[in-house]
Order: sequence, then C-alpha cells, then structure tokens
Amino acid sequence: MGDLTRLTAAQTAAVVASGEASAVDVTRAHLERIDAIDASVHAFLHVDVDGALTAAANVDAKRAAGEHLGALAGVPLALKDVLTMNGVPTTCGSKILEGWRPPYDSTVVRKLREADVVIIGKTNMDEFAMGSSTENSAYGVTRNPWDLTRIPGGSSGGSSAAVAGFEAPLAIGTDTGGSIRQPAAVTGIVGVKPTYGAVSRYGLIAFSSSLDQAGPFARTVFDAALLHAAIAGHDPLDSTSIDAAVPDVVAATQHADVRGLRVGVVRELNGAGYDAGVRQRFSEAVDLLAELGASVGEVSCPHFDYAMPAYYLIAPSECSSNLARFDAMRFGLRIGDDGAHSAEEVMALTRAAGFGAEVKRRIMLGTYALSSGYYDAYYGSAQKVRTLITRDFAAAFENFDVLVSPTTPTTAFPIGERTDDPLKMYLADLDTIPSNLAGNAAMSLPCGLSPDDGLPVGFQVMAPAMADDRLYRVGAALEAALNDRWGAPLIDQAPAL
Amino acid sequence: MANIDRDQLLHVARLARLELREEEVERLGAQLNDILAAVSKVSELDLSDVPPTSHSVPLTNVFRADVVAPSLSPEAALSGAPAAEDQRFRVPRMLDEE
Amino acid sequence: MTTYDDALANFEPVFGLETHVELGTVSKMFCGCSTTFGAAPNTHTCPTCLGLPGSLPVTNAMAIESTIRIGLALHCTIASWCRFARKNYFYPDMPKNFQISQYDEPLCIDGYLDVEINGEVVRVGIERVHLEEDTGKSLHVGGSTGRIHGATHSLVDYNRAGIPLVEIVTKPVPGTGALAPEVARAYVTELRETLRALDVSDVRMEEGSLRCDVNLSLNAIGASEWGTRSETKNVNSLRSVERAVRSEIERQADVLSSGGRVKQETRHFHEDSGLSTSGRSKEQAEDYRYFPEPDLVPIAPSADWVEALRATLPELPFDRRRRLRDEWGISVLDMQSASNAGAVNSIEATVALGVAARDAFKWWMGELARQANERGVEVGELPITPAQVARLVALVDAGTLNDKLARQVLDAVVAGEGDPDAVVAARGLAVVSDDGALGQAIDAAIAADPEVAQKVRDGKIAAAGALVGAVMKATRGQADAARVRELVLERLAPDA
Repeated sequence: MGDLTRLTAAQTAAVVASGEASAVDVTRAHLERIDAIDASVHAFLHVDVDGALTAAANVDAKRAAGEHLGALAGVPLALKDVLTMNGVPTTCGSKILEGWRPPYDSTVVRKLREADVVIIGKTNMDEFAMGSSTENSAYGVTRNPWDLTRIPGGSSGGSSAAVAGFEAPLAIGTDTGGSIRQPAAVTGIVGVKPTYGAVSRYGLIAFSSSLDQAGPFARTVFDAALLHAAIAGHDPLDSTSIDAAVPDVVAATQHADVRGLRVGVVRELNGAGYDAGVRQRFSEAVDLLAELGASVGEVSCPHFDYAMPAYYLIAPSECSSNLARFDAMRFGLRIGDDGAHSAEEVMALTRAAGFGAEVKRRIMLGTYALSSGYYDAYYGSAQKVRTLITRDFAAAFENFDVLVSPTTPTTAFPIGERTDDPLKMYLADLDTIPSNLAGNAAMSLPCGLSPDDGLPVGFQVMAPAMADDRLYRVGAALEAALNDRWGAPLIDQAPAL
Repeated sequence: MANIDRDQLLHVARLARLELREEEVERLGAQLNDILAAVSKVSELDLSDVPPTSHSVPLTNVFRADVVAPSLSPEAALSGAPAAEDQRFRVPRMLDEE
Repeated sequence: MTTYDDALANFEPVFGLETHVELGTVSKMFCGCSTTFGAAPNTHTCPTCLGLPGSLPVTNAMAIESTIRIGLALHCTIASWCRFARKNYFYPDMPKNFQISQYDEPLCIDGYLDVEINGEVVRVGIERVHLEEDTGKSLHVGGSTGRIHGATHSLVDYNRAGIPLVEIVTKPVPGTGALAPEVARAYVTELRETLRALDVSDVRMEEGSLRCDVNLSLNAIGASEWGTRSETKNVNSLRSVERAVRSEIERQADVLSSGGRVKQETRHFHEDSGLSTSGRSKEQAEDYRYFPEPDLVPIAPSADWVEALRATLPELPFDRRRRLRDEWGISVLDMQSASNAGAVNSIEATVALGVAARDAFKWWMGELARQANERGVEVGELPITPAQVARLVALVDAGTLNDKLARQVLDAVVAGEGDPDAVVAARGLAVVSDDGALGQAIDAAIAADPEVAQKVRDGKIAAAGALVGAVMKATRGQADAARVRELVLERLAPDA
C-alpha cells in the first residue's frame, strides 16, 4: 500500500470499503503525517488522537460486520475550530475560549459522524473567523504548505493548509466574506461556499449570522462534492436552513459538460490592484472554458464596487452582537474576579484580555454602526446595498448560467505583510464578498501557478442560490481539462514538506 | 459621515464592555476612522427607494411545535462555568438593578 | 408633603402600563426546554437558552398563536409581516447579552381594553403587543436584604431564561384625574381576567407570570406639553398597581410644587411601605442598538390563520359581565362589586343550578364575600361550592331553615363540616315548627315576663316582639319566628 496520505477522499473511502487498508491504518498514516509536518505548518490546534482512532475502529468494525458504509466512511477530516464538537476543545482561535469544551455537537459534526467520517482534529483560524490570513489567531500563525513564509489565507487557513499539506484529504471551513474560497485559492485546492442556508449553522459559532456558511475543502472537485452532499440538508434546529432538496452535486460532478453553458466574466471583479500573474492564469482558464464549448461573455455588476463597504458594515454589526455572549459569566475566560471587581468590570476586563485586535476593531465598528443616530446611515444603508447587489446577480444570471472571476486579487502574501494595515487586509475579499451578501453559491478551484512567483491562483465560479450543482459541473470540467494540460493535479507540484 | 472622537470612542467601548488601554484608544480611533471613511462609500448611492435585505434566504414562518425536548443535565450546563455554587452560575456582584 | 388632593388640584396625571405576561406554553420560546415552574436550578437549560456559542433559536408556534389571540382579544390589528429584533445590552441574567424581542415591527398594534369604574366605561388604548424571551433569575448573596446593594456575588439560574413573554403596552391614559390609581388597577384586573379567559397564561402576579411596570407623568393642568415620565418596576399585585400610581402622583407633585424637576428614571416599588425608591437614571438611557434578528425569519400570519384564531376566542370577560348583568337584572355597580370580589363565576354556576339570581347574588356577595374578605381570599376560593349554596337556598325556600339558621349552616359548610343537609342533621338546626315543642317555650317566656304578657293581652300587639325574641333565644333561633308570633298572640288573646 503506497502513501495513504496522498490518496483523494474518494480513493481513501474505496480502499477502506474494499478492505485494502483499515480505517485505523488510514487514520494512523494521517496522524503520522501531522506529527511530521505540523510543527512547521501549524494547521491544527487540537489533534483528537483518541477520538479519531475510536471512530476509525468503529468503521472497521462496521465493515467487518457487513454493515453498509457511506461514501466517505473512514476518511479523515480536519474541522475548523469554529464548529462545536461535544467534549472536544473549541477555541475559535481565541483566548477567550481557551479550554472550553462544548457540551453539544454541531449539526455538521453530527452529520459527519453519521457518515462515518473520521474527524482527526480542530484547525487554526483567524480569531472568530475575522481575517484573511489566519494571522489573527491567538494561537500562532498557520503557514502555507507551498511556502512556509507565506499566509495560507483566512479565516479557514488551518483547514486549507491541512488539506494542501496532505494532513487530511478533507476539511470543513466556514465562509462569511470568502474564508473558504480565498484560503483554497492561495493553497491550491478546492473550496466551496454553499448557498446560504444549505448547510446548518447549528453549532457554528457565529461571526456574521446572515453571511456565515460552512463548506468543504478538498483536493479534487469530486471529493468536495462528496463532502458537500454529506453536510448539506435541512435542519429544524436552524431557522434559516433551507427546506428543499439538496441539488445533486455529486451527479453534477460526474456530468461535467460545459457545452452551451453561458459563462459571464464579471467586469468589476478583475481590475487594478490584481496581480498580473493572477489575471493571466484566470484569463487562460476562461479561454479553456470557451474551448470546452462554453459561451463566454462579459457582464457588469455595477454595485459590486460597494460590496466591500457594505460587508464591512454588516458583518461587524452582527458580530458585535454575536460576540456579546463572551462575558465571563457562563463559560470561557474570566479575569478580575477577585471580590473587588463588579460583574460589569469583570466582563470588560475579560473581553479586553480575551479578544485580539481585529476582533476588537470589528466589535467597536459594529457597535458604532448600530448605535442610536447612526443606524440608518451605516447598517441600514448597507442592508440596502445588499439588495442592489442581489439584484445585480439576478440580472446577470438572466443571461449567464455562472459568473466567474479570480478568487482573490493576489497570490499568498508574506506573513506579516498586511498585519498593520487592516484596510489592505480586507482587499483580499474583494471577489468573494458579493456572493456572501447575496447568499448564492460559489467555488474556488486551482487554475495554475502564477508565472511571477510560482504560487497557486484560484478561479472562482459563482452560481445562483440553490444551483450549487452548476459549480460542480463547471469545476469538474475545468479541473479535468487543466489536469490534462498539466499532466497531473496541480497539488502534486507543491514542495515536499 | 461623522468622525469618531475620543469621547464617542470611549462611549462605544463602554457599550461593548471593552476595557481599552490608553494606547489602544488612540490606535483604534485612527483605524476606525480610516475604516469608516472607506465604508461610508455606501452613502454615495441613492438608496431612497431600495428596501433593505436582512435575510438572503426567502423563508417565512419557520416554527417548531410546542413540545418539550430533553434539556442538558445541570452538570453539562455548568460544565464551562468559571465558577458555580449550589448548581447555579456564580457571578461577581452586579452594580445595576435591571 | 403634598396630599393626594393637593396634587390633583394642580396636576393632571397621565399613566401608562407595560405588562409582561409569561405564556403558559409547555416549552420555551426558542427551544424545547420545559417551562415548568419551580424546578431545581439549571435543569431546564440547553445550548440555546444558555446562549452557548453556536446555538440558534427556533420559534415556538404556540407562542405566536397565543400572542395573536391576545392581540385579537384586545381589538388590535395583527401585522401581516413582522420580524423579531435583537435588543442589545449586557447583564448576567441575559445569556446572549441581547434579548430577542420585537422593536418597530410588533405582532399586534393599536387596540383597546374597556374597563368599568364606578359604573362608567373607560377605554384604555393599547399601543402594541409583542413577543420576547424572559431572562434568567439572580439570587444576590451576601447582603442583608437579598437585593443587589451589599451583595458580594450573585448566583444565576437560567431555567426561566427563554420562557415566552408577551409585552402589552398601553397608550398613555390621560383624563382620569383622581381616579387614575383605580383605573390603572381596573385595567390590570380586566387584562388579567381576559388573559385567563384566553387560557394563555396562569397570570399569577405573585409567581411572576404577570408583571407590571407603571409609567406616570404629571401635566400642569391646562398645559399642552406632557410632563417627564418615570417608570416604576416591581409592582407585584393589583393593590400595588393602585398604590404605585397614587404614591407616584404624590411624589411628583411634591417635587414639582417645590420648584424641582422630575427625573426621567426607573424606580423600584416596595410592597411594605407602598412607596418607591430611585433606581437607574434613564437620563443616560441605554442604547439598545436594535436590528432585525438574523437567526430568525419573518413572521407573516396569513389572513386565514388569523381568522381561524379569532374563531377560537372565548366570550371576553367584559362582554360576559354585560350579558350576565342583563340576565340577572342587577345594577352596573352591583355587577362591578361582584366582579371585583371574584364572585361572578360562582354566582353564574349557582344560577345555573336553578337558584334565582337575586338569591345567588345575595349569598355570594353578602355572607360569603364577608368571609372571603376576613380570610383574605377571593370568594371563589372559599371551600363551598355553588351546589351547596343552591341547596341552602332550597332549604330556606322550603321553610326548613330561616335566614339566621341558614347563615349558621353556611358558616358550618365553609368550616368544613359537610354538606348543608348533613350540617342541619348533625347540629339539629332545622326550624322547629312543632306546636307542641313551641308551646312549652312560649309558656315559659310568658311566665318569665308577665308585664309584657299583660301588655299584649291589653292590645299592645307590638309588645309581642319581646316574647317572640325570648322564645327565639330559648330555641337557639330554631323556631319559626312567624309561627311563634302567631302562637303567642293566640295565647295572649284578650278572650283567651
């Protein structure tokens, strides 16, 4: 049996199902890989050795008993540390939750357990999902497996690095303004933000409730589809959960034909400030789609220029409220409880010590934007811009089946390059934010290495809400064509760690 | 759009229960004003006839039946508590009557 | 100190009431935890009502229905589309440090509730009815009073957190003058009766399932601008509602008369003294930063659903009292007394058993009301049933008991000695109408008082009264007084 960590998720599930390798062996192989490289990459905050081996052993037992195994049984998965797992430490990358063990499973985890996926550990992230580089984690940076001096993207940088570094074939991240797609782009793997409401948010520790959505990371589009299908679906515990059939994303991946598909290149998402190398690889991929039979055109979504400002009003406002519960009273960090301080003082001291700079910035911004006298000008206006962006998408989708853009304007930037400049950091989300605001589905897949720095470039596909299957159809077609061109999947070119 | 001055900043910090150090106050103030200037771009648009979107998912009337479901055990409920006494969450003395 | 009359001479009170009602759903507003009162601390909690990270709310359909029914009973318009909103503030009994409530889009608006005061109808406008969730409960430890002052720490129980609360806000009520306290009390009473009839809450003020905040301002008489408003909380009984309004009128008048300014503040009412003390100043009002709750989707009650709920409304107490008043032929004031005493149901049940309304009213509102008052309970809570009262009336009608004896039997029934018949038999309280037995008593009375006897023989019929009295006393009231009188007059007839 070759290196089990180099298999795709589908291949892993196949060897486990056939008995070629035990689930325990598969898990051990990945634990060894983590041991070997995670000191350098730091994708993981917590490796659940016992939990993973127990789950793996369980899969082997089921197999031995002749029980039916799901499509992903025995496949290791890295879980962003923003989703609750009963009894397992969950920090959201923050000091304020150091040591906290949730007393309940998120629905995503419940579904993964039901699918016999082996959750191998919790991954690093920007604190409370706020950031584009994972540098805002209170537990140290995660490094990009392609170049350890560079960021892996954020806020789901740990999950993305884990998959790109072969520490697990699958990972779960969350995407509020691009936090799955942008890390996927800069680490050369596939990342998907499902339609808002497609995946339950119960147990997903909230950053911006009307934007957050959990989704899959994988090294292939097919793997991502398998994971997407495993976690999507209506949940009565989440009032914003869509109560309709999940589009068959796996089938779409297997019928990857783009002939006649109308592809729209969004004019506003490809301009000044984009790396030349990124624009080049993007443009080549668009041409390739045309070669495959897609009909390509350009479309203008004029209000997309206002997406960033709207996002940086809506998300901080919602988060200022969502993060109010971290007050030292019921769980988490408590500072200053010495008999001399009142509850109000302990709350303020704890939050000051427990939250990092970016989180504080956004809480302050959001509190201000919602405050008396300012609501209409800030939050209220941003919600209206959101309507305009949704209308832009609707208009564009009248004439195109999918819209495309680069996933992010640059390749992975060096660690420390943007940490002093919040506004510059926010620019990484330029392309991804519109889909969060409108609630539609979007995917990033690798479309090449930049000729300038040899680092991965991501190609973004956007589809209307509830049409997630289109992402997989286009993604699979493009991936196959690109793999043909490259001779092998792009990830094979990543440096050995 | 208004600039946040020091007093407003401190007021916002109080509303958000964040105890800021002096150097934080200065730095945050500057950064917030930069960000506010950037996000104020939304006011360039004519939004007078545009309805706001609070939900991108077009659902209404999502309910659950009035049926009792199992609660957490008190041990589980209190498992994360920084302090507990008599099966209750122990918190420092409160200043304000609510 | 300004007296109440002085206050009313110079000022015109305007009051408003905010009432919070804990709905009687079996599960909480946004999760499935039980709402049963009195459970051990933190045994009815879950990630949602504890506000644990990652938890989400899901709306209780029954709570929506109850709120719509309350709105309909209060003659409100039901919103065709509305949302929940977050009310953001920090407090240890608030698990999320925001309360899911409603802000500018309440479920019900613009209604009224009619109350009767001294035979007149006063229409109290209802501004809005909306839904929100209750907070946890704190025990303040270490101080001497159990209140916040002097406490060293607090212990919080979240069993109550998340229980559905309906908030009912009146429009300001001007023009009640000196009767403001009574009108306020009547409003809360009527509201409570209405909520009980709807069966949406057990509305026990002492258990906290009905809570009132009293808002009050004084206008200088003839002024166009309204005075500054204060809010008084911790008003936990009907009597306190009345006293809180009264004491606040006096207090504000005192402040204003001595040239001071009324502070916009929240006050805390004290049952024992009937006065309130200053709490938080509302000058520095908390900024709640309301915005639509993103974790919940809008509520859009269809017209069909609202009409279906309207069809489930019972006869409202106000309408029912009107109808019974007409049926029983009693006055407006009498009906009001009966209602205030909580006797209407008992009277109705007694009438249903065939008793004349007049008699039913007399017994329940006479002797029984007096007893209830003595015991400090409502008439309906006395240990005597309408059936027993009906039997009593039947015995009087049949002549087995006279009024005085009936009273004795009544007392005995209430004291727990059994049904009227059993009491009559056990105590031998039946009217004595056997002439033979009576004859002995009469002879004895005549013999004991020859002077009076002679007066009767001489034609002074009225003097017979004393002899009848003596016989009644001797027979412990069990003689048929009319018959005794007949026999006395026979015995002492001039030609006897």
